[in-house]
Amino acid sequence: MKFVDFVSRDAIRTSIDADSKDQVIRAMVTALLESGKISEEQHESIIEAILKREELGSTGIGRGVAVPHTKHPSVTELVGTVAVSEDGVDFDSLDGEKVHLLFLLVSPPDRPGDHLRALENISRQLRDETFCRFLKQSKAPEDVWQLLEEADNNQFV
Amino acid sequence: MELPVVEKTIVINNPQGMHMRPAEMFAQLAQSFESEIKVIRDSLCVDAKSIMHVLTLGASQGTVLTLQAHGVDAVEALEAIAHLVERDFETDETLSQGSSS
Repeated sequence: MKFVDFVSRDAIRTSIDADSKDQVIRAMVTALLESGKISEEQHESIIEAILKREELGSTGIGRGVAVPHTKHPSVTELVGTVAVSEDGVDFDSLDGEKVHLLFLLVSPPDRPGDHLRALENISRQLRDETFCRFLKQSKAPEDVWQLLEEADNNQFV
Repeated sequence: MELPVVEKTIVINNPQGMHMRPAEMFAQLAQSFESEIKVIRDSLCVDAKSIMHVLTLGASQGTVLTLQAHGVDAVEALEAIAHLVERDFETDETLSQGSSS
């Protein structure tokens, strides 16, 4: 499950203007709507589902990274996006730090394998300090996409 | 006398595999013990106390993992972790909320 297989290139955002977890999740799901990956009717429902999942436990897994996600019946394949926040967002992370890098995933309920493989790829690549740092420094969606492609070509691990 | 390394083999049973919620529970349980704990899948060896490390295993249903612990509470640690995995990561909390990711 390479990044290019599930990240929606047009939904990547690098200048997210969000002060809270709620706002940043909202912005990312709206980005998926704008890129045509989810429908208008499902927009709110998806946001709610992701926020509900956050109540079970923050997906801020540390090192300035968060992976907000949900299963949702409206998608037939895994859709995802990436956001970079220069100022950082308070995400109730496990290490208490603000989050600068977010990977949001919406998966079909009957394909747990795809979701797992996406998490595996994200976590594996993020173990590399260089990759993490470059991503956080990205100023434009194209920069992020290029880094994701390089990661897929194993340039970081 | 030097403490031995304790080993235990576990199999992931739940259909969703070890996605974020189970990985978090796994890591947090491992953190509650003093011993150094590693999880091995084939040639990949990771720190059980780090959620990010645990997620890199991509452990789906049926995956066999080897746990290794070294420290004064190594035996207890591995038993507790194995127990969590055998219960498919169900706790009272998860049962009352229904299935989640």
